[in-house]
Amino acid sequence: MSVQVLSGQLLLGLINGAFYALLSLGLAVIFGVLGIINFAHGAFYMVGAFAAWGLATYLDVGYWPALVLVPLAMGLLGMGVERLMLKRLAGLDPLYGLLATFGLALVLEGTFRQVYGSSGQPYPVPEALQGGVNLGFMFLPLYRGWVVAASIVVCLATWLAIERTALGARLRAVTERPDVAQALGLNVPLLVTVTFGVAVALAAFAGVMAAPVYQANPLMGSNLIIVVFAVVVIGGMGSLSGAILSGYGLGLAEGMTKVFYPPAANIVVFVIMAVVLMVRPAGLFGRAS
Amino acid sequence: MPEAVLSVNGLDGHYGDSHVLHGVNFSIRAGEVVTLVGRNGAGKTSTLRAIMGLLPRRSGSIALRGRQLIGLPPHRIARAGIGYVPDDRGIFASLSVAENLALPPRAQAGALSDGEIDALFPRLKERRASPGTKLSGGEQQMLAIARALRTGARLLLLDEPTEGLAPVIVQQIGAILRDLKSRGYTVLLVEQNVHFAASVADRHIVMENGRVVDSLDNAELAADPGRLDRFLGV
Repeated sequence: MSVQVLSGQLLLGLINGAFYALLSLGLAVIFGVLGIINFAHGAFYMVGAFAAWGLATYLDVGYWPALVLVPLAMGLLGMGVERLMLKRLAGLDPLYGLLATFGLALVLEGTFRQVYGSSGQPYPVPEALQGGVNLGFMFLPLYRGWVVAASIVVCLATWLAIERTALGARLRAVTERPDVAQALGLNVPLLVTVTFGVAVALAAFAGVMAAPVYQANPLMGSNLIIVVFAVVVIGGMGSLSGAILSGYGLGLAEGMTKVFYPPAANIVVFVIMAVVLMVRPAGLFGRAS
Repeated sequence: MPEAVLSVNGLDGHYGDSHVLHGVNFSIRAGEVVTLVGRNGAGKTSTLRAIMGLLPRRSGSIALRGRQLIGLPPHRIARAGIGYVPDDRGIFASLSVAENLALPPRAQAGALSDGEIDALFPRLKERRASPGTKLSGGEQQMLAIARALRTGARLLLLDEPTEGLAPVIVQQIGAILRDLKSRGYTVLLVEQNVHFAASVADRHIVMENGRVVDSLDNAELAADPGRLDRFLGV
């Protein structure tokens, strides 16, 4: 086997991993702070891609402004969803949150499929990142390199913000004991709303970055979200570093499987999940409760 | 006589279907240290939780320096100037000692400075970088009290600060409470240990079945030591 094939698949795996990591990080944060399994996360990612496409198509707004504007707008939308919908489910069985977000995902996907069909809307690679560089052992398309680098930076910054700052300490406190945190004076309802908004913004950011790679497609979210759930479970529910590392790790594992045994590429993540659940039910980085 | 800092009148509280507080009445004056005593299940912890807004349902009146607290969410109650130490101390495992200490927002001016906190709790200073739950029970209790003090609150609600602690640590907690009293803090504490209660508090409020059934000061307790036994004996 040639080095080109191997490194090409590794790069593809890393790109998928970049999206897994961004989405599973958001899911893990939402699960920690809201106790909700957010089935709509893939739909928010899809809407992010469509928002970038819509901005370009109808308003002639390019990739770089979209990369800022779309997460901001989607973050606000996410806060609205939390305040109007999820907040009312707080304290109920977590199944209600799962069902509500699943329903929301169906509504969003159905709406976009009704309007745009399911074949996907092409979105161009931004001019500055067209072409690629020859690394000697492989050809690296610039945009793909950018996706991996930007995802690593954003994941790392998010992780640092949560694990190493005063605001992050508040978030960790709310994750652990919301009642005590609020009785100490933290505005827990506001923190919960903002957290959900930031996680949705992360999903939308991933969606904008995905548009030039996968096009804007109404089904792109549901294709991805099932794998991302597996990533979160493998990393350990509620473990942020676990979500990030298993995101990249599983992307790479998928890439490697494509090289060595392609028929298993679509199921390798779930096989790993099954094995991890048997050996370490709390996930690779999770703390057994 | 100084004005009442905290006035509780006709306080009713519920957990789901169970009615745990039945018209609780008492008030605490500025600078007083008062204990809530009574058997397990008498409603002492529920009373503190009701004051903090942590009971699912409560009604009646809770006034902090005349300001009504019923209807406010817990964070607004805390910011109104109440420092709360829950019965399990509420130390966050995923936060270091320093992060636990810095967590609550400053609600009021006049909070103890970091230097004063260090002087009052020397053990905590040495353990700033440790995770909160790597501390001993006594250190966790001190951290919880220090954290409540950092908000600037002048009224402290302490839920069984001596529970499960070694006698020497209980003495240290007692010394800290007397120090806080001398600084003019008002303290309401739940306490099972009558000797400890008598050594730190001015007055004792006795609860039974979700009601206040007696109230006596230290002189009355000394004159009739059996008066509490009726409510505490098994």
